[in-house]
Amino acid sequence: MENGLTLVDLLTELNLEPGTVVAEINTKIIEQDQYEQEVLRDGDSVELIRFVGGG
Amino acid sequence: MLTIASTTFKSRLFVGTGKFSSAAEMKQAIEASESQMVTVALRRVDLENPEDDIMTALDRDKICFLPNTSGARDAEEAIRLAHLARAAGNTPWLKLEVTPDPRTLLPDPVDTLKATEQLVKEGFIVLPYMNVDPVLALRLQDVGAAAVMPLGSPIGTNMGISNKLQLEIIIEQARVPVVVDAGLGAPSHATEAMEMGADAVLVNTAIAVAGDPIRMAKAFRDAVHAGREAFEAGLGRQSTSASASSPETNISTPNLDFISN
Repeated sequence: MENGLTLVDLLTELNLEPGTVVAEINTKIIEQDQYEQEVLRDGDSVELIRFVGGG
Repeated sequence: MLTIASTTFKSRLFVGTGKFSSAAEMKQAIEASESQMVTVALRRVDLENPEDDIMTALDRDKICFLPNTSGARDAEEAIRLAHLARAAGNTPWLKLEVTPDPRTLLPDPVDTLKATEQLVKEGFIVLPYMNVDPVLALRLQDVGAAAVMPLGSPIGTNMGISNKLQLEIIIEQARVPVVVDAGLGAPSHATEAMEMGADAVLVNTAIAVAGDPIRMAKAFRDAVHAGREAFEAGLGRQSTSASASSPETNISTPNLDFISN
């Protein structure tokens, strides 16, 4: 992982609109206004979750 | 008007957004249904289809999102999904689903009650999916559920209202709105629930998998409206003996031999 990569950088790289995704880093939910500050570290476990169709 | 947690809805039809063949078809069906409340689920992002986003397909100024906790097998998993739903949708609304058995998808009453109590304390507007159990409905409203969502029949079965007697008891006792959820397979099932006095119904599969989902959405819209009108108008009593609609006097006909009077 590149040094200093933020959550926003990761989402941009994956072609995801930050406002449509909720991120959990090491099972902790990251608030959307923190995505730019959130720097990823080697070994972090990142879950990206979003709304899909459902009943 | 339907009011849940101080929010009013003109439509008494909630629509699920699963199983549609495309986002465009889902959007058109929801518009045709005139629903103002739609359920959505939470899943991991599919990195193969990053563009596949339901948030941009629907206008949230007109339609309230009701995130569900589908996939949760116990209270703990449901509470985690609730937190994710609140972060993703910036909404306290939640359809709480706890279904440990994938074969029946029936809700776990113990963990549903536990999770409802916890999430209400955290400020969620909780609408728990529940079996047709009148005592459980009382317990759920007692811990602060904003509405209760008893099932018609198991999810996706299209079997209609399978436990009418107990659903009637739930409706009669409820101090919170009753939304009949799951298994309503035909507009007539929705009408039946509304005629019984349900406050709303939630329909997904029956609309999404119809030959023409947009027309089916309209059929459900009309069915819900008809059922509610009939309930408010006041249905006639059922009776096992006939009662003539036309005058029985002044008919000049002789008695029939084969009828004993």
